[in-house]
Amino acid sequence: MAIVKLRPHLAGLLTGVALGAASFAVQAADTIKVGVLHSLSGTMAISETTLKDTVLMMVDEQNKKGGLLGKKLEAVVVDPASNWPLFAEKARELLAKDKVDVVFGCWTSVSRKSVLPVFEELNGLLFYPVQYEGEESSKNVFYTGAAPNQQAIPAVDYLMNDLEVERWVLAGTDYVYPRTTNKILEAYLKAKGVAADDIMINYTPFGHSDWQSIVSDIKKFGSAGKKTAVVSTINGDANVPFYKELANQQISAEDIPVVAFSVGEEELAGLDTGPLVGHLAAWNYFMSIDTPANEAAIANWHAFIKNDERTFNDPMEATVIGFNLWAKAVEKAKTTEVDKVSDAIIGLEVPNLTGGTAKMLANHHLTKPVFIGEIRDDGQLDVVWQTEGEVPGDAWSDFLDGSKDIEADWVTLKCGNYNTKTKKCSGQNY
Amino acid sequence: MTARLHRPPGRTVAHLMLWCWALLLASGLQVAAAQAPGDTHHAEQVAQLATAGFGEKERIVDALLEARHPQTRMLLAAFLDGRLASRKSDGKVFITEDADDGVALVDPVDASAAGTAKSSALRKIGTNNRLRKKLKGAIALFDLDDADAGVRLAAVDEMLRELDATTVSALRTRLGVEDSARVRRALEVGLALADLSSPDAEVRLAAVGTLEGELGTAVYNRLKTLERDEPDARVRDAALSGLRHIDQWRRFYGGVETLFFGLSLGSVLVLAAIGLAITFGVMGVINMAHGELMMIGAYTAYVMQLLLPQHTTLAVLLAVPAAFLVSGLVGVGIERGIVRFLYGRPLETLLATFGLSLILQQAVRSIFSPLNRSVATPEFMSGSWQINEVFSLTWNRLYIVIFALLVFALLQLVLNKTSLGLKVRAVSQNREMARALGVRSARVDAMTFGLGAGVAGVAGVALSQLTNVGPNLGQSYIVDSFMVVVFGGVGNLWGTLIGGMSLGVVNKLLEPWSGAVMAKILVLVFLILFIQRRPRGLFPHKGRAAEGH
Repeated sequence: MAIVKLRPHLAGLLTGVALGAASFAVQAADTIKVGVLHSLSGTMAISETTLKDTVLMMVDEQNKKGGLLGKKLEAVVVDPASNWPLFAEKARELLAKDKVDVVFGCWTSVSRKSVLPVFEELNGLLFYPVQYEGEESSKNVFYTGAAPNQQAIPAVDYLMNDLEVERWVLAGTDYVYPRTTNKILEAYLKAKGVAADDIMINYTPFGHSDWQSIVSDIKKFGSAGKKTAVVSTINGDANVPFYKELANQQISAEDIPVVAFSVGEEELAGLDTGPLVGHLAAWNYFMSIDTPANEAAIANWHAFIKNDERTFNDPMEATVIGFNLWAKAVEKAKTTEVDKVSDAIIGLEVPNLTGGTAKMLANHHLTKPVFIGEIRDDGQLDVVWQTEGEVPGDAWSDFLDGSKDIEADWVTLKCGNYNTKTKKCSGQNY
Repeated sequence: MTARLHRPPGRTVAHLMLWCWALLLASGLQVAAAQAPGDTHHAEQVAQLATAGFGEKERIVDALLEARHPQTRMLLAAFLDGRLASRKSDGKVFITEDADDGVALVDPVDASAAGTAKSSALRKIGTNNRLRKKLKGAIALFDLDDADAGVRLAAVDEMLRELDATTVSALRTRLGVEDSARVRRALEVGLALADLSSPDAEVRLAAVGTLEGELGTAVYNRLKTLERDEPDARVRDAALSGLRHIDQWRRFYGGVETLFFGLSLGSVLVLAAIGLAITFGVMGVINMAHGELMMIGAYTAYVMQLLLPQHTTLAVLLAVPAAFLVSGLVGVGIERGIVRFLYGRPLETLLATFGLSLILQQAVRSIFSPLNRSVATPEFMSGSWQINEVFSLTWNRLYIVIFALLVFALLQLVLNKTSLGLKVRAVSQNREMARALGVRSARVDAMTFGLGAGVAGVAGVALSQLTNVGPNLGQSYIVDSFMVVVFGGVGNLWGTLIGGMSLGVVNKLLEPWSGAVMAKILVLVFLILFIQRRPRGLFPHKGRAAEGH
């Protein structure tokens, strides 16, 4: 696999920050190094490249404001090439060789799981910006994307209460995030009194393209006289043929709405949105939300990337929030030392782009607003429902056996998985 | 089904009204007096849409329906299509129509043209699912009196989704004047469904009788509840026999549907594999970049669409020969540049072409960006062919089955009836002898490889209609393609056809029972066992390549 290093390019970028000679005088030791660990090639490049650019934009902006603690920020970009073991190697390279002060990175859960031991061994600091399945809280990781109770559960509540859905199809790609999320959702639905007969669970391989039988099954499942909805954790590429097949078999969003957790503005930009109009997506951010902060962020992004057509999405907002929180924590701690920054960041608040504030909790998760949007024909989403105020992220789901008794608290308990029944920290670091 | 937009009959009425209005003005009367009282009410309601929330909008739709202004249908249809907008400068509501220079505005009260505007100066009045459902129902009420029987039928079907007092009385009124037999039947079904809730057992029994022979979901579900809750034994029995009848047909059509799904998956496999059947099967070259040749074909379809943005159908049709040429030329290039130096060294060919496939992928990422590109589906390939209430075939799949068979037939013709085909077969059977007889084997090799590559490009165009056009398109099909060729028998096109189709059907038969992931695994296991028994596949090739030369 090709491993591309972009550092020379970045050095050029930094000099362009218009600080003239000053930036040349700054030596490596005098800069704060920000590691970027996102795939720039391979299957995940489609999603992760944008996050790399987002971090570069934030670094650039921070430097324009004069950097942090009187030092310039320097981005160190590596390419783990959508290759999970390579993520661990690159993480080690960033922490041990480049000695970065903080890392922003990872998208898939498996890549996060692969770098986790490295960050814990070398005591690094990772900001993870993507919605995920929960069931984790590491001392060295801050999760700025949604936990299941900040995306999946509110979406199901919306379907149940507002659209009066009684039958449920949980469709997902066959890997850890959909499996865990669906396990949580199944337990939640059953707790709400939904019969096992009214839940259909289906898994498909990555990049599945032949949806005929599955969509036909969904159609049959949905024609039993009860309002039916599909909760989709289908990943990336498989979505296009899925929605196309839905449209071709003439299942409209009014009959059987599909609420997706992995389809956002960036993904929609690459599709023919015709068949998707009216279907739903649940996120903590939408580009279409009309607030001054959002408008400014989008304008910044367009100026930075030099393309007005580019979209802004949820994981990008999570990256922005994560970066701002880290910068604030560094200023508060007056150092970039991992332990001190980790302590300082808990309880800090920064504004969301869509209004309200994101507060870092003791379990290393954020408070987030939850929005349900309907897909429009231009690839943007209209908010049709939102939670009142922010929902605090819950690392360990309250609906799964074996996880509901576990708590994460890095302030009082100093533990990421404290069992409230046995009163013990399991001893694992995560 | 979205309700099609028909020129509302109200349009002519509106023109008449305009004239009246002008006349009245001319005669010196007050403008306010000239406007029908309905107009003011209509205009008021419409104006409120600009700022209303979704709940408020539903109420406005109700109020508009109540008043039945001549422009109501046009307004609701525009609302449903997302063509209703308010002007940012003054908040006035207009119906929008696409025009060459921005957006043409139409006044929603008198249907007159109201100039044009830039789309950035307008704010779209949004709908959500609930509202769209309501709008469809509301438009159906209007369409019930449409001149076109097809529109009326669609309207009745729409109304059957949710029967209430208003819709039932509308259906009853229509039945009195309806002359089309099909629409009459649909109306009777609707009324019978409503009659099932009657307190009179005789009426219910008669209604069940009327519903006999119907296969629709609404009927099925209604009978199902009847069978459960009905106090009268006769009605219950009638419902039960009706259910049995529907179940029987559903099972039958379910089987037919699975078979079709299998054939359609099979035809995708055949399309993907048939190019490989030539390069790998006939020439014995393990070409790992085969998938990328399909990807190039798919991107050709995308580029074609960029060149002809207004003609989706034409772009797709032209993309077929274009993709054949582009992929074919790339194929000839690969053969001349790489493969020909590696004949007889399969492992090196494999590694070299694998490397090439990575290079091609990254090249596409650099040229077109790593994001997927969308290729629009032409009108004639979207939607489905509704054969009856429980059975329909999707057009895109149907066309691709036909397309795969066409490509296969053409390729057979080329190989069996043309001089190129003769030479290809000669070289593949005995290269030395062919050369001795004056066949320029190097040229034939390049042409054969180009032909296989070109066919892969054509397959790519078909795939662009089914799935993503992205740098990874080819990767997901390369293993399947080799699978089909090996199963069918190396060097035999018929083997590829039968092999692909049977793998497709087996996969689809297994899928409902084992799930998509397991089905794939089972097919692979079956294939390995099969190859153990018959190492040369379904139709072993008798020729030089097959002798293990």
